Amino acid sequence: MTTTDTVSAAAPPADPPPQPLTTRDGIPLKVSLMRALRREKMRAMLLIAPLLLFILLTFAAPIADMLFRSVENGIVSNTLPRTVEALADWDETSGEAPGEPVFAALHADLLIATEKKTHTRLGSRLNYEASGMSSLFRKTGRRAGRMDEAEPFKAQFIDIDDKWGEIDTWQVLKTFSPPLTSGYFLNAVDMELTPGGIEMKPESERVYLFLFARTLFLSLTIMGCCLLLGYPVAYLLAALPARTSNLLMILVLLPFWTSLLVRTSAWKVLLQQQGVINDFLVWTGIVSDAGRLVMINNQTGTIIAMTHILLPFMILPLYSVMKTISPSYVRAAKSLGATDWTAFWRVYFPQTVPGIGAGSILVFILSIGYYITPELVGGTSGIFISNRIAYHISSSLNWGLAAALGVLLLAAVLLLFYVYDKIVGIDNVKLG
Amino acid sequence: MTESRGAAVRYENVQKSYDGETLVVKNLNLDIPPGEFLTMLGPSGSGKTTCLMMLAGFEPATHGEIFLNDSPINNVPPHKRGIGMVFQNYALFPHMSVAENLAFPLQVRGMGKAEQEEKVKRALDMVELGGFGSRRPAQLSGGQQQRVAVARALVFDPELVLMDEPLGALDKQLREQMQYEIKHIHENIGVSIVYVTHDQTEALTMSDRVAVFNDGVIQQLSTPDELYENPQNSFVAQFIGENNKLSGTVTEVSGTDCKVRLDDGTELAAEAVNIEGVGSRTTISLRPERVEFDTDQSMDNLVKGSIEEMIYLGDHIRVRMNVAGNTEFIVKVRNRGQRRDLRTGQTVEIGWAASDCKALDAVA
Ligand SMILES: Nc1ncnc2c1ncn2[C@@H]1O[C@H](COP(=O)(O)OP(=O)(O)OP(=O)(O)O)[C@@H](O)[C@H]1O
Ligand SMILES: [Mg+2]
Repeated sequence: MTTTDTVSAAAPPADPPPQPLTTRDGIPLKVSLMRALRREKMRAMLLIAPLLLFILLTFAAPIADMLFRSVENGIVSNTLPRTVEALADWDETSGEAPGEPVFAALHADLLIATEKKTHTRLGSRLNYEASGMSSLFRKTGRRAGRMDEAEPFKAQFIDIDDKWGEIDTWQVLKTFSPPLTSGYFLNAVDMELTPGGIEMKPESERVYLFLFARTLFLSLTIMGCCLLLGYPVAYLLAALPARTSNLLMILVLLPFWTSLLVRTSAWKVLLQQQGVINDFLVWTGIVSDAGRLVMINNQTGTIIAMTHILLPFMILPLYSVMKTISPSYVRAAKSLGATDWTAFWRVYFPQTVPGIGAGSILVFILSIGYYITPELVGGTSGIFISNRIAYHISSSLNWGLAAALGVLLLAAVLLLFYVYDKIVGIDNVKLG
Repeated sequence: MTESRGAAVRYENVQKSYDGETLVVKNLNLDIPPGEFLTMLGPSGSGKTTCLMMLAGFEPATHGEIFLNDSPINNVPPHKRGIGMVFQNYALFPHMSVAENLAFPLQVRGMGKAEQEEKVKRALDMVELGGFGSRRPAQLSGGQQQRVAVARALVFDPELVLMDEPLGALDKQLREQMQYEIKHIHENIGVSIVYVTHDQTEALTMSDRVAVFNDGVIQQLSTPDELYENPQNSFVAQFIGENNKLSGTVTEVSGTDCKVRLDDGTELAAEAVNIEGVGSRTTISLRPERVEFDTDQSMDNLVKGSIEEMIYLGDHIRVRMNVAGNTEFIVKVRNRGQRRDLRTGQTVEIGWAASDCKALDAVA
């Protein structure tokens, strides 16, 4: 407070003509106003402070931690601090494995690491970058304690495993010794950090870029389907008399009352090759028995099931916007000579754009991060990037990669938000 | 542009029911000549908006036929009727600028760009909003929005414009100003206007003729002065202007004159307007400003009453009296400068002409 005071007071109006307004006691009006508003703001802040703290601790902090994991790489320098230091002098382009000091340092590090049992974790971590590292560290760890301290370490290590003599092993160690790494991110976009620089992975190992593209494409498709199906329903909800529309609203909300798994499984029953729909089509003769449609365990299944599950999230924002559009606008348009279609397209539809924006964003964001339904009905061709994230979190335990994928997903969504804001305007969104 | 280019409207035996149980409009017959400013006036729920919506084409008539320039329009969709309409909430399209709003009816008619601009400009000038074309409706004041709505309803040169309580949302002063503006526009352009309001002052100041609605029926259709001077029934007398009611029984009828004995025994001479004959119950209607304190013996009616309350209102003084058992009897005394010697509690003689008090149908 005091700083603003002195600054403003020290700068009295130099040029007489535009006299700034002052309050009765001579304080510039702007300062006075700001002070008054700040008091209000402080009070408001105090009121929400507990909630803010709660959100910071339980929501923002875990996310921040997760995001940090995508670049965090302290494990090499923490587990093998002396080795990392000794390796700094080694020239990896020399074509030779490092010399004795490095091996001595490695021995010292490993002695401590085996005691704390951290060497296996380091092994698994480095295994993401080069296969065989995990077993190498486990094997070496078992025998590190039995080494002869008087003999040169280098020969003893190579004796345990030839890999210690190979230059590749040391290159990986050196490459991943800094405490921060871009390795996870590169991995997440199908690139890798080789001693020769950053390169695309071999064609056969690329998965993530394609998965990202598919996730975006399928999410957009699902969003489009939801919009197509949801718009008329929302319109009916808003236009029908209260009693009928209440009933319809219950039907719209009904899916929320059944478990997600039940709904998804129901689609399996309906869509599988021996399922209800195929049986019906065969019975009516539309498709032959041999030509039963494949509608589940592929992209079609994902799109159908996800559209069903996310439809209410499109309908509700649309409905809340349509509800506020007075019927007199369409009437006015018609009285001015517009046909039903013109009245809808030129007058009604533009006013529902905020609802379309809100519903689309909601559905898109929900679907881009969905993984249960794709997991159940998506087969291999219908899974999303989030399925890979889930896999890395819970099965492969490569949290760094999972975090990197998550960050990229977040960035993609923010980018789309930005584009949406540029095209439609973010304040043109009405969530209710 | 003074010659009338308005449309003629005719309702023939029109009935309307929303639920199949009650008639909201009961057998409406109404003939509106070209260029007339007709106001539908009536209390809330009396069916005014319904009548207007049937004319605009947004509600189908349950029975009967509506004619526009002598052709039946029951089966013509709203957008082909060519009727301009001003809604109570203006219904200006919020996502379009003022100019786009005005151009809308011209665009849907496929008019050329240059002609559109020309017409929009003229319409905006007409309502004195020349510089406001690029604004959004939300950036205008209530009165400005209202004028845009009027301009939009007129810009495509309709022969008939409907207005449903267009001034309802405005404050008193603005409302009065807008009343005159709409009236002048009507006089200049000569369109037919059907105007709905439940504000009687508005109806009286603006209209050529007023149709007073109650309960789905037109109670009286007359010019404003007729409506005020010669109400045809108690509802109209009560609804239009201020009015004193006195109940009694008819004792004698001769032509348009009659004698009425009030419930307390007072005999009055009145004009027989809407009575069933000798012995029937009647309600006498008397305008407060027609009662005189300066009585003389030649007056048709001379009655004594006590002053209950006096309110000073500048141009006149309202005196509430107890006359023939009616404690809500109001007399308006014009303020002529010399202070009259009236005091609360005083019993004075008042008088009025027989032609000023109408014997109408009895109200319960
Ligand atoms: N869409 C509708 N469905 C059913 N009943 C309706 C409908 N619109 C109006 N009504 C009924 O018809 C009657 C007349 O309504 P209307 O709107 O014509 O009255 P109004 O004279 O315009 O009244 P106000 O001055 O309040 O606008 C009312 O009793 C109303 O309840
Ligand atoms: Mg109405």
